[in-house]
Amino acid sequence: MTTIENSQPPGGKTSGALLRAMAAPVASALILLFARAVTAVRAVWSNDGPPTRQCVYFANHSSHGDFILIWTVLPPRLRGMTRPVAGAEYWLRSWLTRFIGRDVFNAVLIERERATRTEDPIDRMAQTLDGGASLILFPEGTRNQGDDPLLPFKSGIYHLARSRPDIEFVPVWISNLNRVMPKGEFVPVPLICTVSFGRPLRLRDGETKEPFLDRARSALLSLSPHAGEIP
Amino acid sequence: MNDPRSQLLALVIGIVVFLVIATVIGQVLQRRLSPDRTNAGIENLNARIFAWWVMVALLGIAFIAGRAGVIALFAFCSFAALREFVTLTRTRRADHWALAAAFFVVLPIQYYLVATDWYGLYAIFIPVYAFLLMPIVAVLRGDTERFLDRVAEVQWALMICVFCVSHVPALLTLQIPGYEGRNVLLIAFLVIVVQMSDVLQYVWGKIFGRHKIAPKLSPSKTVEGFVGGVASATLIGAALWWITPFSPLQAGLMALVITLMGFFGGLVMSAIKRDRGVKDWGHIVEGHGGLIDRLDSVIFSAPIFFHIVRYGWSLT
Repeated sequence: MTTIENSQPPGGKTSGALLRAMAAPVASALILLFARAVTAVRAVWSNDGPPTRQCVYFANHSSHGDFILIWTVLPPRLRGMTRPVAGAEYWLRSWLTRFIGRDVFNAVLIERERATRTEDPIDRMAQTLDGGASLILFPEGTRNQGDDPLLPFKSGIYHLARSRPDIEFVPVWISNLNRVMPKGEFVPVPLICTVSFGRPLRLRDGETKEPFLDRARSALLSLSPHAGEIP
Repeated sequence: MNDPRSQLLALVIGIVVFLVIATVIGQVLQRRLSPDRTNAGIENLNARIFAWWVMVALLGIAFIAGRAGVIALFAFCSFAALREFVTLTRTRRADHWALAAAFFVVLPIQYYLVATDWYGLYAIFIPVYAFLLMPIVAVLRGDTERFLDRVAEVQWALMICVFCVSHVPALLTLQIPGYEGRNVLLIAFLVIVVQMSDVLQYVWGKIFGRHKIAPKLSPSKTVEGFVGGVASATLIGAALWWITPFSPLQAGLMALVITLMGFFGGLVMSAIKRDRGVKDWGHIVEGHGGLIDRLDSVIFSAPIFFHIVRYGWSLT
């Protein structure tokens, strides 16, 4: 257990934890209902259907709701074993985000700030994979708010692949969610979103960082509905 | 047969018998001709029959819940249709407030006005007030790129998905002497005639279709299907005169207007889909297209049907 997991206020541990454990399934059902009402979200699976094994889903990132959509379309069995990887400083800033991030989504909270962090994010993700969970990862590292469809990938996904070379990486393209809730808006506009899953890829023997990142990035881009079209 | 309850009961029994027969035929055809679900025609027929069951169940629940139930049902249809329509528009970030206003201000107000029977305002609220206010909301963000296209698309979305659809529950507010308490049957008449027209055009076209009527828009529609479908749906409408305030001849003419508007409405909506490069408006039920795909004919016929009935039969 890390310092992040244990950073609960003293005293509120037993009754608070019980209350949160009871509230979490309710909150999860409400979030699923809200996500479906606003986006009528639909999964488009690759020809092989939904993944059957543990894997790392990696997706484009343009909105705070991205992992919620992936989580919504996953079949319940897969959803239960899938944990999003998210920035600790965002999700630990208030009791509500802490409750949603930790108790509802069971997020793997990593410290992004290199200077102040106490634990290596890659180690933490690898340990979570060893525990049997699947991960949702946004390799762009930050929300994409520009006109480029996809930012360059950070190298974390490569280091994770190298430390656990047997794990499959599934590209996931989320479309339209950036129109539902553009940057700086607080009222969502209901629009139909789709979440497209590609074929899994894996680190090849001897594959170095740049080729792997390129391959992963183009696998993800090829799922975008505007692939090959001039924007 | 003038008692509203027994009429509604007779109609419901008739519809359920019809749907049971249709379902049996659909399943038999599938076993015989499309055991591996590859015959597109039979799959389409079964998808339609399934959609009818859903439609009848929803309308049945809404009718039992009364006027509030019917208005809530169509308000939800408007919401889902608007969500499908706006998804296909090419709006920009600067349209965000206008779009949010369309969903969360204009749509609820329109249905509130229908619920409170304020005809003078709901008949012009979207064509006049929303028409003028929405571009103002959009222009405040200062983005001029494709401005006319964007405001026109949002206005069209509201007219089609909210204004036109709201005229179906508005049929409940008409006051027709000697027809009190039975307005819900006008909705049933409209929906039955439109659905029969759609499916009979399809059946006539499949059996006798030779000459394509709109090859660029809808390659499956034929002159034979159009004529046969419209004529037979008009006869069905005339035969349903007993659930309406019309005479058999008037009921037939009403059905003719409804089927013609429905047919051309279907063409208009196909043209929009072709322009946007999609086959269906959405996927409200997997493999069954979107809500607008099921509603397009009703959308175009509802306001015209409403106004003819209001002009010719209603006191208000």
